Amino acid sequence: MTTHTDVLVLGGGSTGCGIARDLAMRGLEVTLVERGNLTEGTTGRMHGLLHSGGRYAVSDQASAIECIEENEILREIAGHCVEATGGLFVQRPEDSDAYFQEKLEGCRECNIPARVLSGREAREIEPYLADDVKRAIEVPDAAVDPFRLCVANAVDAETHGARIETHAEVVDLLRDGDDIYGVKVRHESGPGKRNHTVAGTIEEITADYVVNATGAWAGQIGDMADLEIAVRPSKGVMTIMNVRQVDTVINRCRPKGDADIIVPHETTAILGTTDEEVSDPDDYPEAQWEVDQMIDTLSELVPILSEARTIRSFWGVRPLYEPPGTGTTDPTDITRDFFLLDHAERDGVSGMSSIVGGKLTTYRAMAEEIADHVCDKLGVRASCATADEPLPGSETIETLEAGMDDFGLRSPVARRSKQRLGSRASEVLETDAANPVICQCEGVTRAEIQDAISQSGTDLNAVRIRTRASMGNCQGGFCCQNMANELHPEYDEETVRAALDELFQERWKGERHALWGEQLSQAMLNYALHATTMNRDRDPASESSDLEYDAFDSGQQTPQRRADGGN
Amino acid sequence: MAIEDDVLVIGGGLAGATAALAAAEQDVQVRLITHKQSTLRHASGLIDVLGYTPEGDGPLVDPFDALADLPDGHPYERVGAEAVREALSFFDDVAGEAYAGAHTDANALVPTHGGTVKPTARYPASTAAGLASDDRDALLVGFETLPDFEAPLAGAHLEAAGVPFSARGVTLSFPGIVRDDAKVTRYAHLLDQNESVSTGAGETGAREALAAAVEAHLEDESRVGFPAILGDDHAAEVRADLADALGVDVFEVPMGPPSLPGLRLEDLLYEALEDAGVRVTSGVPVVEYETGADGDRIDHVVVDRTGSKLPHRADQYVLATGGLVGKGVRSERERVYEPLFDCHVPHAADRYDWFVDDVFGDQPYARFGLRVDRELRPLTADDEPEFSNLRAAGAVLSGYDFAAEKSGGGVSLATGYVAGTRAGEEGGE
Repeated sequence: MTTHTDVLVLGGGSTGCGIARDLAMRGLEVTLVERGNLTEGTTGRMHGLLHSGGRYAVSDQASAIECIEENEILREIAGHCVEATGGLFVQRPEDSDAYFQEKLEGCRECNIPARVLSGREAREIEPYLADDVKRAIEVPDAAVDPFRLCVANAVDAETHGARIETHAEVVDLLRDGDDIYGVKVRHESGPGKRNHTVAGTIEEITADYVVNATGAWAGQIGDMADLEIAVRPSKGVMTIMNVRQVDTVINRCRPKGDADIIVPHETTAILGTTDEEVSDPDDYPEAQWEVDQMIDTLSELVPILSEARTIRSFWGVRPLYEPPGTGTTDPTDITRDFFLLDHAERDGVSGMSSIVGGKLTTYRAMAEEIADHVCDKLGVRASCATADEPLPGSETIETLEAGMDDFGLRSPVARRSKQRLGSRASEVLETDAANPVICQCEGVTRAEIQDAISQSGTDLNAVRIRTRASMGNCQGGFCCQNMANELHPEYDEETVRAALDELFQERWKGERHALWGEQLSQAMLNYALHATTMNRDRDPASESSDLEYDAFDSGQQTPQRRADGGN
Repeated sequence: MAIEDDVLVIGGGLAGATAALAAAEQDVQVRLITHKQSTLRHASGLIDVLGYTPEGDGPLVDPFDALADLPDGHPYERVGAEAVREALSFFDDVAGEAYAGAHTDANALVPTHGGTVKPTARYPASTAAGLASDDRDALLVGFETLPDFEAPLAGAHLEAAGVPFSARGVTLSFPGIVRDDAKVTRYAHLLDQNESVSTGAGETGAREALAAAVEAHLEDESRVGFPAILGDDHAAEVRADLADALGVDVFEVPMGPPSLPGLRLEDLLYEALEDAGVRVTSGVPVVEYETGADGDRIDHVVVDRTGSKLPHRADQYVLATGGLVGKGVRSERERVYEPLFDCHVPHAADRYDWFVDDVFGDQPYARFGLRVDRELRPLTADDEPEFSNLRAAGAVLSGYDFAAEKSGGGVSLATGYVAGTRAGEEGGE
């Protein structure tokens, strides 16, 4: 099977989806292929900070300026993905006054609104800050939902005619002499929406131009065509707390260091992070000390964290890059800027560029630059509209909020649904059918789950990232089953069972790093519910041998027993 | 001075209630102290004895056959097979007609709300007509506002599990339920009270309306299964009315939390405790204890009643505070511990050794609990009894994975029965 497209984008993270949207809006025919789910690489594994630029205001002012510009754009075009929490750079007594001053001046030089607060003023905003916090700088940091943002880009790209293929792994680059003309992908099922029981296929996709937006995996793609792309993947841990101890992004005001940020995110707070170079972005150690360090170090800023309930931890891999010969040893010092590698110029191989480095906050600007580059290559004259056109869900939020009823939902559920869906809320939630809550922790109703299934098929992790179902305290123990139930009858029982097993195992993966205290008790309850009550660990339907039902108790033959059939 | 009893049981779940009832058989004064809601509301209400061996063989037709081969330290090995039988028989007397399964040693295979089957030894009467080894065809009825039970899917799953009958599922709207997020207790209450509801045919009782809604879908099945919401206080009556109206047997499929069969079992046990003259003190935590002069015996414990500290003294104590779920076993980043008496809980020092990567693998955390001697006295790291007058029962014990083995109810009964009986015998001396 061979298909052709104008532009082929490799990678379904924020960069790839941003590029696909940009090019599709410019009228090009675009296909995007992603090895796993959208966001599965780095995008879905970050702390959810929409940078004000304050973090880079001393060390990397070019990045800082780009951050504040994009921060302001995303609040406009992706309002339903952004929570304007504000941020604080907090100084403890042992932190340097000189650096505090440098940070403040740096913010002002980069046009980042910044205001100094006394320790008392900072604690009025965030009462759980430590008593000895000296002062703070207030900046317009925000929380962003990377899943929602990335999916909104993909959905809008599709609306503009793009083809988005998830679970489609690139197995080879097609190269003819010094020209790359496409890829060979292996569809896990399909092509099309994921369906666990449909057999996979191999497809050749040829394109006039290929964009390698696989981030930390860009080197692996390059290897397929003997191109050296020296990405330096760097891992960082993020630890999720069960409630929001803070409502403002809290940064430690010091030059650099691990465990220096807390980002409030939906019902949770995310602690981050570390920075350590790894050789393989798919295989690196996830260590206990990293989780302990998050809690212990950040407790210096917010002491109640030391006693709080952690629900899971996860690791992400930054796609860091620096030009050959720079030779930075500490990954913390590698620039966060992005690089467009035109392989025609660099390696004498035409037909493909790679994009490496960068960060979520500036994904749109990166996408714009690459789309300009691609248009230039293809001789297309079209201008970028992504900074002005709102993403689906962010159109006319204000009028919507004012005029919309609550779709018969209890108020916290309705409020949270509207936050997630933005202007798509009425389209998704207006239903005549019963609309019970499927995920109690996050307040996700059937209509929202069904909307996600219609986008992503049997992949319940894709449903999860779209809705947040199974991402709360119970980590899916109580709702995985109900989410899977929603796949039926569109998908058959065997498919539903496979989808449920996959989601349940994925949830466990992150919970393992939070297994003490309340969350260990929760894990035992989840295990008991799934193994004891449902016997999902030893399900005879999944065993190879047949059960001898005759040998077991068939009940007492009592006179009350009715065998006369209905009616 | 202290409040005095002969036997003091701490913990009000299945193990604690059984221990208190067994102790009360010995003609001693027994008190049961409970703190939080018991974990019975999480439990399906089934009494599993042993569905699978620790190696994973099964489902076992006869759980008693496998008891002799259990490893050292397993709670059944500690109390012995005969005690397991005695405990079950004790439970059968307490439960009376509310439970079935006593007519055979064989396990029953009961449909789960996910749609597969699980082995169990005793089941509520409400589930008796639903057994998977009964070859009559079944209609499963789910409700569009109860997303936990997707009846057509459960039917297809049962057939995939190879049951010897046809299982067809339908999804209906529940007459009289107007909210999409009504709690299961609301459904049960509606049927218990037989509230008047509006249907296309006018106002009728909730039971009649439900039967009419189901009847339209009934073909030649001779039994109908519902999620476990068929009444609470009047469950038998609700079931009988539905069965009469439909002309078929009616059964419940056990559900996850909050579980009405679990709550009904709790009610049954607390009625029995009252009948047996056990003093029940609920809603108070035990916060500290004092030993006697030699340090070998617990002299008294102290409970916290809204800030006041009340001493309770007994001759014998039974610890039945549950496992990780019931918080009889707790953990921090560096340790796993038993919070009341700080009894020894064996565990790996590194918390990354507390689990394995396969969610359904052989999970070390599932076995966290107290090691005990054959008298069920918790042991120190040096294999000495922690206290001469303290016994432990139920999920607070180590040495077994109740979820994988399907042995939770049986272990609680057997160890509760033995701990309570011994405590009663010694407490009366």
